[in-house]
Amino acid sequence: MLKTFGTFVLFMRGMVTRTERFSVLWNRTIDEAILIGVDSVVIVSIVSAFIGAVTCVQIAYNLTNPLIPQSTIGYMVREMTILELAPTITSIVLAGKVGSSIAGGLGTMRITEQVSALEVMGINSTSYLVLPRIIAALLMFPLLVILAMLLSILGGYLAGTLTGVMTSQDYIEGIRMDFIPYNIVFALIKAVVFAFLVSGISSFKGYYTTGGALEVGAASTGAVTNSIIAILIADFALAALLL
Amino acid sequence: MIEVSNIEKSFDGTPVLKGISCVFETGKCNLLLGGSGTGKSVLLQCIVGLMKPDIGSITFDGTIYTNSKVDIRQEIRRKIGMLFQGSALFDSMTVAQNVEFPLQMLTPEMTPAERRDRVEFCLKRVGLEKAGDKMPAEISGGMKKRVGIARAIAPQCTYLFCDEPNSGLDPATSIKIDELIREITHEYGITTVIVTHDMNSVIEIGEHIIFLHQGKKLWDGTKDEILNADVPELKEFIFSSSLVRAAKKVDDESEGGLAAITENDTYGSGI
Repeated sequence: MLKTFGTFVLFMRGMVTRTERFSVLWNRTIDEAILIGVDSVVIVSIVSAFIGAVTCVQIAYNLTNPLIPQSTIGYMVREMTILELAPTITSIVLAGKVGSSIAGGLGTMRITEQVSALEVMGINSTSYLVLPRIIAALLMFPLLVILAMLLSILGGYLAGTLTGVMTSQDYIEGIRMDFIPYNIVFALIKAVVFAFLVSGISSFKGYYTTGGALEVGAASTGAVTNSIIAILIADFALAALLL
Repeated sequence: MIEVSNIEKSFDGTPVLKGISCVFETGKCNLLLGGSGTGKSVLLQCIVGLMKPDIGSITFDGTIYTNSKVDIRQEIRRKIGMLFQGSALFDSMTVAQNVEFPLQMLTPEMTPAERRDRVEFCLKRVGLEKAGDKMPAEISGGMKKRVGIARAIAPQCTYLFCDEPNSGLDPATSIKIDELIREITHEYGITTVIVTHDMNSVIEIGEHIIFLHQGKKLWDGTKDEILNADVPELKEFIFSSSLVRAAKKVDDESEGGLAAITENDTYGSGI
């Protein structure tokens, strides 16, 4: 465990020492941002909209006390979405989609000697392959989390109003009630931390793949499970530290 | 010229290379010959810097490579071209982009037009001028090897390393690849090191051959000398080849040189 962590630290250090030219890294980062960000918009939108909708309906189902105003449902959807569901669930979804893609891609490059080909050319393979992926993830995760927040709240609105559990006015009043801007900052900090964990762990698992196709599959699975566990631990740590 | 001096390498306490010293001559096809598991590929990886030897030194044209500063290592690495066993082409790039890649990375001073010209020249040199737009998945194994060679020579390398360039190829394509490597070596005067266990390649392009057995260098010489070598392990290796056995049979029947060479050895008698 300690040895793996040490190797991970050295891996990260190797990535930022002897980096490639800025123009090369910029182009690679844009390519990766498209793969990590743009290509994930659909899945993040679907997941977040339905989570918002389900949250709204289930809160309405549990709030039967006539003394509690209906606007509380909108308030609770907003708080749950911003503080937890949007950053954490989005990151878990991305750990599955992006994490497995990063680990599988790098693992395949490793076993087919493409990484060795880069090294022989005198190219720092970690800087060329991993750094753009991590930067792209750090840029795209917060944007996807913001999108998830919006669509989740919109999903809650549509579910609440279309099923008739509450009025449009109550929901809007709820989502505007006692708004704390810091919660958005907190969610974005979580998104950045989760982005680093997912991209870093997945790259590490993929980069050090040895063997054949079976091991590439194992690296992808390991990347997803380890990323999810790391997200959950970091989620708790950040909540304890920053709230 | 590449000088390898007393190289040793172990994995988990198991020695794989045991004090290997040899010289790879400039302008020649230098073959690292030996059976599977004799340490050929490990030695090659130590020379190109993909693996660090436990003991010993490697010198490229007088510049010490092992344990030298990163800048010096980088400078030497940029003069190295390598053809991998599986070609190691970048899947996400076309054939032309694969050949252009080292130019983009290593020679930023080249303009896009100059790079395009160089890519066209290299692809034409390996006979693939019409395959530039294809993806690696769309071309045959032999074509992949040729793209690998084009990529290796694109940045005008001084040293060319080939790890089993004939693996997975039919005999006719193997000969074409061997011929291409030999032509490029002579044309550009580069130092070429080829890891192989293929006796066809020895006969075809073996100008300087180094025989490894169980992590040790047992013999080195030219292809004309190899059949006269008085090393039992080397003779056993040579005559384990079906091609050489068949050639010897023909020679035996026609009293050729091969029969004379092997008349007193135990390996020839059973053939």
